[in-house]
Amino acid sequence: MDRTFTEFLAMGGYAPYVWASYGAWCLVMLLNILGARQALDSAMEQARRRLVMRDGDERGAP
Amino acid sequence: MATWTWFHRLASPPYVYRTAATLTPWFAVVAALAIGYGFFGGLVLAPPDYQQKDAFRIIYVHAPSAWLSLLAYTTLAVAAAVGLVWRMKVAHAVAAAAAPIGASFTFLALLTGSLWGKPMWGTWWTWDARLTSELILLFLYLGYMALRSAFDDRQRADRASAVLAVVGVVNVPIIHFSVTWWNSLHQGSTVMKLAKPSMPGSMLWPLLASFLGFTLLFAALLCVRLRAEILERERQASWLKSIVEKR
Repeated sequence: MDRTFTEFLAMGGYAPYVWASYGAWCLVMLLNILGARQALDSAMEQARRRLVMRDGDERGAP
Repeated sequence: MATWTWFHRLASPPYVYRTAATLTPWFAVVAALAIGYGFFGGLVLAPPDYQQKDAFRIIYVHAPSAWLSLLAYTTLAVAAAVGLVWRMKVAHAVAAAAAPIGASFTFLALLTGSLWGKPMWGTWWTWDARLTSELILLFLYLGYMALRSAFDDRQRADRASAVLAVVGVVNVPIIHFSVTWWNSLHQGSTVMKLAKPSMPGSMLWPLLASFLGFTLLFAALLCVRLRAEILERERQASWLKSIVEKR
């Protein structure tokens, strides 16, 4: 706990390994969140199109 | 008879869709708090390890990622089995939704393990039982997703990929016990064992918080992807209309 900010960033000489691990985690989780949202948005859009097409069929449109 | 009503409700797409939507923000908020504390405690509050110094701090991303790689696969395989046995559409949707999330945690477990292995073992990779079985898990996830996308018909994709998922579940205990069954470079369990955890509280509590936070984050991501999978499978116009028009 009683270390300076520079010492904290240096991670006792292990900085590249420690920060790369946490950085990779942040990046992959960001992609996970964006990917999940994108999947939901596109599924919603597809469902909407399916409904529009079905309504069109019922009215006898091409 | 009453005990079966929950099972029937779980099989109802509109019910599961709405429940998943309600739960997502709760899972997400608690996950953010738990991971925030876990990482702060792990990086700042916990003292350096007496042997591994500051490199041990990788454990707070590595071990929970590895745990999630197994939990997500078990979720996927159980859901796939339920889907096969009871021909439940929602169960197949859960399995399909879990795959990309589980694959991402498996990738992270391998990557952060490699970043931890280099300074501690002197190598990025070794063909050791734990590492190899975890790599096989990543291939199982990728194979599962590739197999699904090879079918145009969703029902056939669900059934074929479920068989692969169920067969692949033998790998889960192999990964967990690999460090005890084989002579491994990988260290033994710190938390997931019957004996007392081999860590003092200042190191252990942030780790447990990370485990909890990662698990809830997985639950939140699963809920969002599950809703997408349900929408793609649904042909019943009435409730689909109410969902789509709400947007």
